[in-house]
Amino acid sequence: MQDKLVIAGHEFDSRFILGSGKFDLTLIKAAVEHAGAQIITLALRRVNSFHGNILEHIPEGVTLLPNTSGARNAEEAVKIALLAREAGCGEFIKIEVIRDSKYLLPDNYETAKACEMLANKGFIPMPYMYPELYAARDMVNAGAAAIMPLASPIGSNRGLATKEFIRILIEEIDLPIIVDAGIGRPSQACEAMEMGADAVMANTAIATAGSIVQMAQAFKNAINAGRTAYLAGLGRVLDKADASSPLTGFINDGGTK
Amino acid sequence: MAVINGEKDNAHNGISVLEYLSKQGKKPSQVAVMINGDILPKDKYAGTVIEENSEVEIIGFVGGG
Repeated sequence: MQDKLVIAGHEFDSRFILGSGKFDLTLIKAAVEHAGAQIITLALRRVNSFHGNILEHIPEGVTLLPNTSGARNAEEAVKIALLAREAGCGEFIKIEVIRDSKYLLPDNYETAKACEMLANKGFIPMPYMYPELYAARDMVNAGAAAIMPLASPIGSNRGLATKEFIRILIEEIDLPIIVDAGIGRPSQACEAMEMGADAVMANTAIATAGSIVQMAQAFKNAINAGRTAYLAGLGRVLDKADASSPLTGFINDGGTK
Repeated sequence: MAVINGEKDNAHNGISVLEYLSKQGKKPSQVAVMINGDILPKDKYAGTVIEENSEVEIIGFVGGG
């Protein structure tokens, strides 16, 4: 069965988007390969001669998803997106507009504005957002190609703190829902996928793991398991027991003569 | 004095953006350049000279989530 993640007409077999922050550059290739990731996020910054070139460490064929981190309003996000395109990164853009430095929560209003401005410039906007239904609808109307609700604060590894609100987005929004930020364990990624999320993005959970390669693989397996479970349809939940073994034909051992 | 990526720079006045990138070992295809706040199109790297008062930003990709 074909089960593709489709973003603005682009098809992906993998539902695991890998963030490239906090990695030793020499480990990125192995992380991407063991994650089976086909999309990797990047940031834009001033380049100095002592920086290595991350692009040399990303395997061929992986789609680059630059983010607009550092932007504090829609205009700054647009500028960063234009720079990303100029630097050869194509049309995909993860919109990130953040004015809060303690919890790094996204500004949904400015994010929706940036979505519209970037869609009008031919970008494929993928907004990182606080999971709120009206804001998500605004972003859909503004031309978003996917919605990326946060699970918990960036880099916190605290898991699906916003679970019930992401569930509402999954039910109500017709675009791919990619759970982003705060996913700390494979089991949390699996749970998001079981709920019907279309993909999961993770970075810190892998970059700060004891073994990056093993954790990348564990996330890949968990995301696949969650997706398969979602497609299978989860079994029902009851308050009381429901015997799995037959309640008839019990064996008489002769002790009740 | 020119300012390149936030640092005062006297050493590169008069050379083109393309020459500057080459000295820094940066591939023009993998960076974006802003001069005085405006994005410089790639086809203008060779013909744009870093001047006395230029504010130059050389932007590229780094790891990020």
